[in-house]
Amino acid sequence: MGKKVALTGNEAAAHAIRQINPDVIAAFPITPSTPIPQAVAQFIADGEMDTELVTVESEHSAMSACIGAAAAGGRVMTATSANGYALMWEMLYIASGMRLPIVMAVVARALSAPLNIHGDHSDIMGGRDTGWIQIISENSQEAYDNLIQAVKIAENKDVMTPALVAQDGFNTSHTIEIWELEDDNKVKEFIGEYTPLFPLLNTDDPVTHGAWAPPNWYFEHKINQLKGLLDSKEVVEKVGKEFGDTFGRYYGLYEDYKLDDAEYVIVAAGSVCGTTKDVVDNLRENGIKAGLLKIRLFRPFPYRELAEALQSAKAIAVLDRVSPAGAQGGPLFTEIRSALYDTQTRAPVINYTYGLGGRDTQPRHINSVFETLKKIVETGKVEKQFDCLNLRGEWR
Amino acid sequence: MAEKLLNWDEVLIGAAIKEPGNSRQYETGSWRVERPVWNPDTCIQCMFCWVYCPDSAILVDENGKMAGVNYTFCKGCGICVEQCPSKPKSLKMILEAEAKGKSEEELRKEVFSEDK
Repeated sequence: MGKKVALTGNEAAAHAIRQINPDVIAAFPITPSTPIPQAVAQFIADGEMDTELVTVESEHSAMSACIGAAAAGGRVMTATSANGYALMWEMLYIASGMRLPIVMAVVARALSAPLNIHGDHSDIMGGRDTGWIQIISENSQEAYDNLIQAVKIAENKDVMTPALVAQDGFNTSHTIEIWELEDDNKVKEFIGEYTPLFPLLNTDDPVTHGAWAPPNWYFEHKINQLKGLLDSKEVVEKVGKEFGDTFGRYYGLYEDYKLDDAEYVIVAAGSVCGTTKDVVDNLRENGIKAGLLKIRLFRPFPYRELAEALQSAKAIAVLDRVSPAGAQGGPLFTEIRSALYDTQTRAPVINYTYGLGGRDTQPRHINSVFETLKKIVETGKVEKQFDCLNLRGEWR
Repeated sequence: MAEKLLNWDEVLIGAAIKEPGNSRQYETGSWRVERPVWNPDTCIQCMFCWVYCPDSAILVDENGKMAGVNYTFCKGCGICVEQCPSKPKSLKMILEAEAKGKSEEELRKEVFSEDK
């Protein structure tokens, strides 16, 4: 049984990292994730961890150092946000291409310009095709639980793929919540020892990492990499169940909240799911069959399972905390809608962009989404496939 | 040297390479636009070219002496010419097109005719 603590999402991530006690962390501070490496530095100074903390001059260098340390054979972690994550870009592909199971805490934040330090999903959604496993947390407890699980998922022999665990900037990272901190040894026992596949420092079995692959090799390596990423889905499920058996909190590919018979369904990821659950509860009390499909694993995208979970819906609204940037809708919308195409349902699917740059999303906004879904079912007409939630001025 | 091309589910994870020295299988000499030509008459055997060559394409004989250029791997970058300290230089670049159909001996004569 864990111990109940009242701490922020950043502290939750920091405690997970302390218990994981990786060999190396290379990190550069950026709001809102700065308190994670800051707390880790304190833990190391206090002798609670023996991780080698490499302070670097940029996030590009942070990920580069992580790649080097991971290729050497270490268990490696880092943390970042927003423009820092963006600066890591090319190195993110290198980490995944080299199949190094680095685990990164991302505190999701808006990308400049205009300059904004607050929460949205511009960073992680922009990086969705970098070949990393992406797990999105709703609250501090999940940020903590998911980081611990991510180590076991990433290091699985069939996976060997880096993983990021996201939480929402400020909504979660700087909010004190009550969550359960598990026993140090129990966490260590859960993740186990890491045995690297081809450690560079093993001079008895020399190996080259990061070599070049000409046109007659590259394609095969990238598809081999894809298989590892796709195979992580099963491992995410397996580790989620093991975590539940050990600590009492079970995790799957997604969370269904009052979804079984739901007619009006919101699909969303991150902290907005907490608000949505409250609204669903209220609507259910009034006899309205509302439900939530909470995305947990975004990469690899469990499209079959998600589409299956949406079959009872008469109308669906997908909430994206990022601009569609010229696509038909946000990334969550286009992928959910595409997944549904192969299934029986022809329920209308609409898309909202919400919460950009830390814009507040309150129960009344979520209520308005459900009202729109209800109207669509009643009239059989979709007036707007795409709209914005809590934006000044009507989107047209 | 023929390399065995593996299928996507046979390749080593993360494109790691366990077999040492397999860059020999990749003949980078085909990239060359210009080539260095070597003049043994003025060469002082300092081995600077051997030290600096990024492709290990300077040939060395059994006595550890500079013995020419391995054109199977030489990319024609010109670093050896840049580094060559002898006066006159014992390595000079010429266009690959100009080398076509000529033996090394013929090229030497052509390139170094004024350097005695």
